[in-house]
Amino acid sequence: MPDPAKPRKPIRLRGRSYLAFVLTPEPPIFEWLAELSEWTSQSSGYFSGKPVILDLSAVSLSNAAIVHLVSELQARGIRILGLEGLDPSELGPDLPPVLSGGRAAAEPSDVRQDQAPSHQPEPASLLLESPVRSGQIVVFPHGDVTVLGSVGSGAEIVAGGSIHVYGTLRGRAFAGSAGNPRARIFCNKVEAELLAIDGCYRTADDIDSSLRSQPIQAWLEGEVMYIAPLH
Amino acid sequence: MAKVLVVTSGKGGVGKTTSTAALGAALAQAGESVVVVDFDVGLRNLDLVMGAERRVVFDLINVIQDAAKLSQALIRDKRLATLWLLPASQTRDKDALTEAGVAKVIAELRAKFDWVICDSPAGIERGATLAMRHADEAIIVTNPEVSSVRDSDRIIGLLDSKTEKAERGERVEKHLLITRYNATRAEKGEMLSVEDVIDILSIPLLGVVPESQEVLRASNIGSPVTLCEASSAAAQAYCDAVRRLKGEQVPMSIPSDRKSLFGKLFGRRAA
Repeated sequence: MPDPAKPRKPIRLRGRSYLAFVLTPEPPIFEWLAELSEWTSQSSGYFSGKPVILDLSAVSLSNAAIVHLVSELQARGIRILGLEGLDPSELGPDLPPVLSGGRAAAEPSDVRQDQAPSHQPEPASLLLESPVRSGQIVVFPHGDVTVLGSVGSGAEIVAGGSIHVYGTLRGRAFAGSAGNPRARIFCNKVEAELLAIDGCYRTADDIDSSLRSQPIQAWLEGEVMYIAPLH
Repeated sequence: MAKVLVVTSGKGGVGKTTSTAALGAALAQAGESVVVVDFDVGLRNLDLVMGAERRVVFDLINVIQDAAKLSQALIRDKRLATLWLLPASQTRDKDALTEAGVAKVIAELRAKFDWVICDSPAGIERGATLAMRHADEAIIVTNPEVSSVRDSDRIIGLLDSKTEKAERGERVEKHLLITRYNATRAEKGEMLSVEDVIDILSIPLLGVVPESQEVLRASNIGSPVTLCEASSAAAQAYCDAVRRLKGEQVPMSIPSDRKSLFGKLFGRRAA
């Protein structure tokens, strides 16, 4: 029983409008779903966080079929917020609510929308213009890493491609980390704790002392890492 | 507009507290109004080095927890009217520091003083990160030996990520202060040289303070070395550093082995 002495707080219920995407499946459903799978596998995450309404006016599906379709879309990362284009009385309680009164709106500007069918090429190299400090880890699986400065003792660079240090490499360098045995490591002065290319590594102890503090490159031939002076 | 400086190092025992006191006193002697703040909660030392340990009533934690006002906790130096100390608590530990509390105290100090010098504890945990959080500039105290240099490198990395300035996309200006420099050992290769340290850390050099007995004497009598041993090489180095902090161009003098040729020739002890 509410306490009569305390003032009752009203529950706030307000109207608000949002912009949502509408997916309209067309028959045959299987082909439409296959086409959608193609799209979501090429741009995974396109739908993540976006409110999506399913417009079922072009198809006639049973309750069970709609439930199945919603779960198929869920499996592809598309969460259905509501349904459109059918009679609400036909639906069971285990489906998203039926919406009406939606108006066409300009599609929200979204950079990725233009690239939905094609894959935007990502930058293939990372440039760092200041030294990498002890304890910092740089991870760049997409390509080469170039450092205009030194890499401190206790720092790590993990690159999918090659590593170029225009300074002293004192820390650890992991090149070809995504399975690229052709990656190389270059530096102006080697005082590295560990050099690794595609999983094959050499610690500071295994690096010839005549090479210490020299400009070197390291590369893989077979499973053997070769280190030689530059010039 | 007040400047907030953090004196930090990563490694312990390199001379942060000594340097905080020395630089603070030298700035106050030059007429600036300065507060030195001890962030080493639980292991406070700044009050000892400043000679104020018998006058501590309230501390930084009391102010953060609103148990005391800032004006009640601030201790004025007996020798320099524009030098103040905000001591740390000895009975609590670093968990008593809160981000909001530190922000509030630093903001209040900024309004009252020209310079706020934060004496950071050693390490990279809460005490150290909160001491550096609001810094405009940082003084990285480093001994010319390998573990101190590596720890300083680590702390420089943290200055570029855990400070408010770094989060805003700006840079905390960093200054390298080499302390406990021993010229003889550097010459013999037993210690890193100044060039080695600068090469590894890549930050501008603020000064080189030689290893000296005067520093030990000063801290035992509870006075910043720039006050009580003003003519010593260490005090001179700190004064030069303060001039550089204020923007003056002062030529760098690396302490050298002070034995004269006479001393080297006739330096043997009589039996």
